[in-house]
Amino acid sequence: MLFIAPAAIVLLLMLVFPLTYTAHLSFYEWFAAGPPPRFAGMHNYVALLADERFLKALARTLAFTALSVTAEVALGTALALMFARPFIGRGAARTIFLLPMVATPVAISLVWLLMFDPATGVLNYLLKLIGLGPSLWVSDSFLALPALVLVDVWQWTPIVMLMVLGGLTALPEDPFEAARIDGASRWQVFRYLTLPMLRPYIVVAALFRGIDALKTFDSIYVITRGGPGFASETLNLYIYASAFDYLHFGYSSAMLVIFFLIVLGLSVALIAFRRKAI
Amino acid sequence: MSAATNRQRERLYSVLFYTLVLAVLAAYLFPFYWMVLSSLKTQIQNFANPPLFLFAPTLENYQSVFVNNPFFLFLWNSLVIGAGSTLLGLLLGLPAAYGIARFQKRGVALGFLIARIAPGISYLVPWFIIFSDLNMVGSYTALILSHLTVGLPLIVWIMIGFFEDVPQELEDAAFIDGANRFEIFLKVALPIVKPGIATAGILSFIQSWNTFMYSVVLSNSETRTLPVAVFGFLSYGGFDWGSLTAAATVITLPVMVLTLLIQRHIVAGLSVGGVKG
Repeated sequence: MLFIAPAAIVLLLMLVFPLTYTAHLSFYEWFAAGPPPRFAGMHNYVALLADERFLKALARTLAFTALSVTAEVALGTALALMFARPFIGRGAARTIFLLPMVATPVAISLVWLLMFDPATGVLNYLLKLIGLGPSLWVSDSFLALPALVLVDVWQWTPIVMLMVLGGLTALPEDPFEAARIDGASRWQVFRYLTLPMLRPYIVVAALFRGIDALKTFDSIYVITRGGPGFASETLNLYIYASAFDYLHFGYSSAMLVIFFLIVLGLSVALIAFRRKAI
Repeated sequence: MSAATNRQRERLYSVLFYTLVLAVLAAYLFPFYWMVLSSLKTQIQNFANPPLFLFAPTLENYQSVFVNNPFFLFLWNSLVIGAGSTLLGLLLGLPAAYGIARFQKRGVALGFLIARIAPGISYLVPWFIIFSDLNMVGSYTALILSHLTVGLPLIVWIMIGFFEDVPQELEDAAFIDGANRFEIFLKVALPIVKPGIATAGILSFIQSWNTFMYSVVLSNSETRTLPVAVFGFLSYGGFDWGSLTAAATVITLPVMVLTLLIQRHIVAGLSVGGVKG
């Protein structure tokens, strides 16, 4: 196909070939600074199973994703219900919700870093106004990851909101009419009609966000660089450090293969679900 | 229950609802507000405790960003790489999307989707090795090609939808008039999907403009893009929050303007298989 060929060639050269190369390298022992690559069989993969830093990064990645997606789905659905109701300035409000998603991640991460400052940051000031705090935010090993989740929730709840809102506007009106005639309460309508009918849209939004949250890099790298210590180091950050700080290409490649498979698995689930449900 | 109390309840409900809307919007806008506010403060004002909300604003941070750094060079790099990867993406992606839409090549479409979904770092490591071997790390070519992999799948997926909406009858009519496939694509289909091209092009540009991870690894001091440059200020420039937030404001502003231009289509575009590296 002449129309598709040029783009397909770019896809092969820039994406398929590098991925294959990564898979190949994952079976080699190779420090960029050291001797040439040496075949090592499954050695990198076996080493990964004993690498506590890797296992913890993996667990953190999953925790970060689960926390972010749960909060975003809950908040996003609530906001979608709010936006389903006509109100003055709704168009402008919707536009405002687009901004965190498109704003340059490095730029807004930097602003969050400024706001998180334990001594002079505005977030502790606001906490104090309502009688709470002060918090160490990202300087605290236990709070660093949840604080990064907060940034992610701020940034990405709008896409969940808009995806669910899309579902809300597509719902048929008849069941709601019938429920009104039967005298159902607002809560009953939400619990037994709206929520079940929205379920496919919510699941798609959750899977979609899950795939992206697993890959979060910019905000974590700018705000904590995985710190303090390794307290907020996710898989993406560990692989980055392993490849570009330690130049340990073979080992990084093995991690990349695992990371790729996790993301691919979730993507296949998303595609299959979308085919079946919508 | 009288009509009057009912109306009162409605009014109370309405007041609560608008309070909620305003609270959510305030929370959403606050980081942007704080970014701009901090960019107008002096270094001393930025370290004030409690933080200042009212002060005499200064523009000296903006001046220092442009005077103390080759900021125009970084701006130029971001523009060249954004425009280069977007134009190349359109050149390759438009015919591909047309082919996929007209000849039902679902498998190819899925390939582009997986390309979009896979973690960016799984490409970046092999690219770095290959581009190092070719002595291309730091070149515009390496940066444009890497950003192309962000824009191209996005363009293809957005444009498939637009091409599918082009009426088949129009193309059939042109075919009967003796036009070939390529002429039909160029003269019949393309003019109809112009709004789609604008949306896809702008989104691709925004994504390239925002891309950090690829650029931080593949650029050098001459080809550094804006996000990499600003990250550099953070690492080496101490915590000069006035200049940092001024730079952040300058980077974010063009994206905001572009977003307003295509806001109707942006959701469809952003939900194509993800938006991050």
